[in-house]
Amino acid sequence: MTTAPDRSEQERELQQLEEQLAQLQAASPDVPDLEARLQALRERVQVLREALWRQPTPWQVVQAARHPQRPKLADYLQRLFTDVVELHGDRLFGDDPAMFCGLARLDGQPVVVVGHHKGKDTRENVHRRWGMPNPEGYRKAARVLRLADKLGLPAVALVDTPAAYPGVEAEERGQAEAIARSILTLVQLRSPVVVAITGEGGSGGALAIGVGDRVLMMQYAIYSVIPPEGCAAILWRDAARKEEAASALKLTAQDLLELGVVDEVVPEPLGGAHLDPERAAQALREALVRHLREVQAVPPEERLRRRYDKYRRMGRFTSHPSDLLAGGW
Amino acid sequence: MLNWLRRPKYESVERRDIPAGLWAKCPRCAQLVYRKELERNLKVCPKCGYHHRLSGPERLRLLVDEGTFEEWDAELASVDPLGFPEYADRYRQAVQRTGRREAVLTGRGRIEGVEAAVAVLDFEFLGGSMGSVVGEKVARTFERAVELRLPVVTCSASGGARMQEGVLSLMQLAKTVASVGRLHAAGLPFVSVLCDPTTGGVTASFAMLGDVHVAEPGALIGFAGARVIEQTIRQKLPEGFQTAEFLLRCGLVDLIVPRSELKSTVARLLRLMSVGGEVTVDHRA
Repeated sequence: MTTAPDRSEQERELQQLEEQLAQLQAASPDVPDLEARLQALRERVQVLREALWRQPTPWQVVQAARHPQRPKLADYLQRLFTDVVELHGDRLFGDDPAMFCGLARLDGQPVVVVGHHKGKDTRENVHRRWGMPNPEGYRKAARVLRLADKLGLPAVALVDTPAAYPGVEAEERGQAEAIARSILTLVQLRSPVVVAITGEGGSGGALAIGVGDRVLMMQYAIYSVIPPEGCAAILWRDAARKEEAASALKLTAQDLLELGVVDEVVPEPLGGAHLDPERAAQALREALVRHLREVQAVPPEERLRRRYDKYRRMGRFTSHPSDLLAGGW
Repeated sequence: MLNWLRRPKYESVERRDIPAGLWAKCPRCAQLVYRKELERNLKVCPKCGYHHRLSGPERLRLLVDEGTFEEWDAELASVDPLGFPEYADRYRQAVQRTGRREAVLTGRGRIEGVEAAVAVLDFEFLGGSMGSVVGEKVARTFERAVELRLPVVTCSASGGARMQEGVLSLMQLAKTVASVGRLHAAGLPFVSVLCDPTTGGVTASFAMLGDVHVAEPGALIGFAGARVIEQTIRQKLPEGFQTAEFLLRCGLVDLIVPRSELKSTVARLLRLMSVGGEVTVDHRA
């Protein structure tokens, strides 16, 4: 009855086939029938992948969003922008390697870029705290966003973080204040702001640079108020029930589009952006440029008013408590 | 004062641990206190000075002049936007237990005669968590304050964003922060009172954007939960971590005020921050 065992079997099979394919691709060209064998394998991989990803479970999406090979900020910087100049430091305390800030060109136009900076490998991730900023990271972002405001440059924010860093020093330096202040900076920024959630949108740590005129979300990115593991631990005192929690939290791009939290879902190659980073980046680039153009056409005062209203409308509630007492709830 | 730095243990210290009779047990010093005496002392333990948590209505009575409070948006109630497991039942239980519809009380009233818009979070209602209704009522409070040219006083006591409303709860951070921005732009003062406990999404939104941050002694105030931090850094946390006193040392709150002086301090701040007659003071009060 359940499809779960099938799925995990299929996943295992897909993984094996992918490994075989990689081996064969690396093999010497004098292997007999190489091309034919490669072709057959590719087809089987494609069939399986389609079966698995036609309607991925929320947990599958969580895994794709956290995939070690998923394109990171550095990949997108390289593919989306030209003339990238990184700017360092919050001018108050230090420079946070978990937050990237800089100037660049998008489609030839100068913009300010801020984004969570996850690393490519463990060594880089230790340095960058897996893209989990400290307060100085958010304060650096706010500083560079104020530069965008001053110069009238559009701002692009790329969101990919498990969370704001939960550390003693982060608390000492006012993590909560830094996040709140960064949100306020974005709400009041006179420049156009387009946000893209490219990987993990981890709660307040993501929202701190995730407020804009438009919020885009990659197809297999996630955005959640709490990680599924944490939710399961609280709800059922059992972190192993993360898959159920992932479903309950409605954290996929499609869910959030329906809830009005994101404005557009940017398509990814079937199975995840890591399978074809170039194509994923192209789709994102196209969407960013298009949305930026649209919001740039709106006069600043009107844009600020619309941004305010956009967030002002978020949430669902009732003014008729009888709904509740009548048990319709 | 040193003993403020010791955080009381909260394993299961809700009402269950407090005998329902004439005596109450202090969660910090574990001594039994005559309940009437505790009430008279504004729920501050006469033995060790521990500030017991107050419900929303208790906090309002402490802060706002009697008979002056006019509640706003009391009819707003939650829906279950995600169809989240067990949320509907838990919400209904909270409504039944408290007789209130949500985790925040908002309205206008006088504080020692000074007119103010007030929002008081209620930890008794689902841990003071901020979902769509709390975010909406808080945002409306700031917006009405701008319309009516009133200063704002918030009293926070919250575990953070309400998990059961998912990302919609997270969006309430942006919504409330945006409304605070309007108040700041209008040049009106905002006093944020941080009570035990104020954590997560409430700290990371309106509560940390006050012009003046007032904390109650010993209150737990922070962003990340202590357990999450311990698991991340694999170290014991320093003594007194995330207490009001810790935040004062770190430069994150302006003053720590014992409960007996909270109202007069807030009133004094509001009077000091009123410019050009923008704050209405009713001297009859």
